[in-house]
Amino acid sequence: MRFQARVEVQLRPGIADPEGATIERALPALGFDGVAHVRAGRSFSFEVDADDEGAARQKAAELADRLLANPVIEQSHLELEAI
Amino acid sequence: MPTRIGVVVFPGTNCEHDVVHAVEALGGQGELLWHGDTHLGLVDAVVLPGGFAHGDYLRPGALARFSPIMDAVSQFAAAGGPVVGICNGFQILTEAGLLPGALQKNGRLRFLCQPSRLTVTSTASVLTRQASIGQELSIPINHFSGNYTCDPTTLRSLQDADRIVLRYADNPNGSVDAIAGIANEGGNVVGLMPHPERAASALTGSEDGLVLLGSLLDAARASAAA
Repeated sequence: MRFQARVEVQLRPGIADPEGATIERALPALGFDGVAHVRAGRSFSFEVDADDEGAARQKAAELADRLLANPVIEQSHLELEAI
Repeated sequence: MPTRIGVVVFPGTNCEHDVVHAVEALGGQGELLWHGDTHLGLVDAVVLPGGFAHGDYLRPGALARFSPIMDAVSQFAAAGGPVVGICNGFQILTEAGLLPGALQKNGRLRFLCQPSRLTVTSTASVLTRQASIGQELSIPINHFSGNYTCDPTTLRSLQDADRIVLRYADNPNGSVDAIAGIANEGGNVVGLMPHPERAASALTGSEDGLVLLGSLLDAARASAAA
């Protein structure tokens, strides 16, 4: 079976995010009021071949934590869908 | 026989010749090592120099740590061999788990290329053994991701075990505790963001990096004799 995976990587809560903070500071000047707690991150998508959803999830999660995210400062969120 | 310093070249490394030049000015012998090799050869110390290994894609150091030579570097470090990561090399050492913590984007999101004022805060490392505590050094920095960060427990263990070897006088990148360089528990693996090889001649503005590279040569000599 083939699955579409999407992994979102963001800095852990509590870790300073200068990119998100800079975006947030720019918002009032652009007319976007009432927007708070901006966090920047990255998104990855890839396809995984596996026997079932559990195996695909395990493989994708390991890939996310060993490579896509640096667990010292980042966390990842995985979404999986059969295709 | 001269002391041999292996300098690892990844695709995108760009400070390897500066390191070799500085090492040879100090009487050592520099030897370039290709990242795709699996052996270090007969070197007495290893330097991971600065640059943009693997284009810094994903995160600085994230892909370089999977380069074939890194297993040999880890084994050399585990056996007590001196290993120093400069700038991008420091980022690679943290990604590889040879040093704790991580290097984030600079606090003000600025690429910094300027002299930095440093203070030696520990001499219990292969990079600072010939320096003295409190010694002030002027050595250039040249990075976008040099903002050292780690969890509070790790920070305490670095502080308590005398593993913070260099601090910035004015902390230009926002590093926790103004950290510019740290060592592992054994003091034989060191990472630092400043470039000592660029402060190795009065011609280029400073010779303050020589005490650090001289320490490394001394440690390499001692480690080879042991």
